[in-house]
Amino acid sequence: MRSFKYYAATSWEDAVAMLSKNAAAQVIAGGSDLLGWIKDDLNGPGAPRADLLIDIRTIPNTSYVKFDAAGGLKLGALTPLVTVAESADVLKNYPGLAKSALSPASPAIRNVGSIAGNLMQRPRCWYLRGKDFACYKKGGDFCFAVTGENQYHAILEGELCYIVHPSDTAPALIALNASAKVVGPGGAKDVALDKFFIGPRTNVLKETVLEHNELLAEISVPAPAANWKSAFIKVTQRDVYDFAVVSVAVAGQIEGGVWKDGRVVLGGVAPTPYRATAAEDALKGQKIDEKSARNAGDLTLVKARPMSQNAYKVDIAKNLIARAVLSLASA
Amino acid sequence: MEQTTIRFTLNDRPITHAAMPYRTLLEVLRDDLGLTGSKEGCGTGDCGACTLLLDGKPVTSCLVLAAEADGRKVTTVEGLAKDGKLTPVQVAFIRYGGLQCGICTSGFIVAAHALLESNKTPSEADVRAAIGGNLCRCTGYDKIVRAILAAAYDEGELVDESASMPVMEKPLFTEGPM
Repeated sequence: MRSFKYYAATSWEDAVAMLSKNAAAQVIAGGSDLLGWIKDDLNGPGAPRADLLIDIRTIPNTSYVKFDAAGGLKLGALTPLVTVAESADVLKNYPGLAKSALSPASPAIRNVGSIAGNLMQRPRCWYLRGKDFACYKKGGDFCFAVTGENQYHAILEGELCYIVHPSDTAPALIALNASAKVVGPGGAKDVALDKFFIGPRTNVLKETVLEHNELLAEISVPAPAANWKSAFIKVTQRDVYDFAVVSVAVAGQIEGGVWKDGRVVLGGVAPTPYRATAAEDALKGQKIDEKSARNAGDLTLVKARPMSQNAYKVDIAKNLIARAVLSLASA
Repeated sequence: MEQTTIRFTLNDRPITHAAMPYRTLLEVLRDDLGLTGSKEGCGTGDCGACTLLLDGKPVTSCLVLAAEADGRKVTTVEGLAKDGKLTPVQVAFIRYGGLQCGICTSGFIVAAHALLESNKTPSEADVRAAIGGNLCRCTGYDKIVRAILAAAYDEGELVDESASMPVMEKPLFTEGPM
């Protein structure tokens, strides 16, 4: 591994100050993505080489799951995925989120991987992760996936860069209308997770709205209203331990089998977690049955523009949306 | 560049060690402290050969900086056997042939150990989930799963008799070929 300096931060303000002073610094949380990134020795404007790692695990009181029926759920940024997945409060009130926190990687990685790290992880595109490919994110002027191996790339909203967002918890949290507490030089602010991720159209070099000296400190999920249900389904090539080919998170208010309100969010299909607003609009006020669920999936994928090797994802996404929506009616 | 001083508990012994900040826990254990039981396979958290216990939970030590171990409890495969007695998981791996070339074995044993610490009565699905992050290219996993189930349910029969390790006389699980 390349050499770097190490700094154990003592507070969020301390970490922000260190980041502001060091353009080539990066923050380490669980490290399961970042250390792989450093070992791959990637470099470029969207993939800077870190010469200083600022450890935020050393900041006190950053790992917690707090729930109350009125205020909802608060997740400390450094909470390991396993803690989120096994929390009785999360399992009872947000089953979709619990399932999404249990699905990334292996047990050993979920023990160290943090919830904020799962949202902040970089895409797994093999051209981005390959040192020898000067793609857009690494300062080049080409997407190698367009003419290359693109079976796991974007079918929706690809432009310049055809990555897919790799997070499982991001779709689940967005479906639940979660928000992020972002700390920076000017103090703390709340950003809806729905607006947190940005695609290549906005900035090809990064995947979130965070600036270099801003940090994701806490995630808040609103209290579940009456008759709210949530679910998460993920399709992978292997049974264990794989990134999503397609994942879908749904959360909705279901009354008497009718979809009153809710969200449908896809993972693994677009450069950001993809809010399927077409499905949400189509479902509103509808009785949930095979026809309305299938219609929601079909309408969402009307906009799909698959690449040479990934049209199979279109059918998977349609079916997953239908299956997830139907599961809420029977849950 | 300055070394970081790390104080941690390694296999129940207090250790103070200075290492460069960019070195992984796996590198420090293997190269500085001579504990070569944990292996480096992929170096990116995919294979699980470097699995050890950090505060009792399995982690892939190739993706853990040595500095992160400061103040924590590290248990490697070398620290599982007590007073020279192998654990039921270790004996079961020997009895059931849960290994061939052996490079993945310490990772599997540590992962299995952690499973049985938290779940005394695992189902086969629990076992397969617990070792989901460990790759083995030789065995096809079946004998590994049998060994872990045997360690869970047949502890009495799996005492360490390592002076003369008996050849398995009766299979504890009879379905399928042995």
